Amino acid sequence: MSTYQNIVDFLPYQEPFLFVENIDSLTEEGALGSYTIKEDEYFLKGHFPGNPVVPGVILTEIMCQIGLVTLALFLLKPEKGSKILPAFTSANVEFLSKALPNDRLIVESKKVYFRFGKLKCTVTCEKEDGTMVAKGELAGMVVKSEE
Amino acid sequence: MTRETVKTDLIDIIKPYLPEEVMNNEVSEENHLINDLMINSAHIVDIVLDIEDKFDIMIDDDVIGEMNTVNDSINVVLQKTA
Repeated sequence: MSTYQNIVDFLPYQEPFLFVENIDSLTEEGALGSYTIKEDEYFLKGHFPGNPVVPGVILTEIMCQIGLVTLALFLLKPEKGSKILPAFTSANVEFLSKALPNDRLIVESKKVYFRFGKLKCTVTCEKEDGTMVAKGELAGMVVKSEE
Repeated sequence: MTRETVKTDLIDIIKPYLPEEVMNNEVSEENHLINDLMINSAHIVDIVLDIEDKFDIMIDDDVIGEMNTVNDSINVVLQKTA
């Protein structure tokens, strides 16, 4: 994490909604990172009682935070002290396999374009054994705020 | 390229991005992309990228701010392809 700590510091999320555990690589073309599903994640209590499965919306969020938002921050290189608020603008995701507690999810994004403040990426989410959990195309825009 | 052909191509590009409320309305040159056609800013970016592909032009960040109406957008395409 330390290499990209400056990027992580800019992430506006907090527990229990921070889904970036590790960033392994950030380039002009894409991001690679991971998140491990904890047994006590708040959303597993209700989805589903006695049968915890990571909801698709959370998988989408994990893919967005690692694949899209960290890359946007890397590309924008915000100044220290400025606040960044990401706005999710679209997601088209297929869910292929279920993710369970203790699964380490590896997210990789590839930039389709970053133009006029909008970043669009193809993003994959795999387990450590290579099982594809989800894949799709995500896009967002970043709102900079000086406060 | 005549103004009419640019206009026709431009409206073909815009149409898929129109929200349901205005989908069946006639698109006119005076229409403001955001205020009249209710296209959101994320889709404005996609429209501009489609325009770049269609007319084989590059639109800079400062120019996108001038493309407020359909008419403005036609003018930008005509300038860039002149």
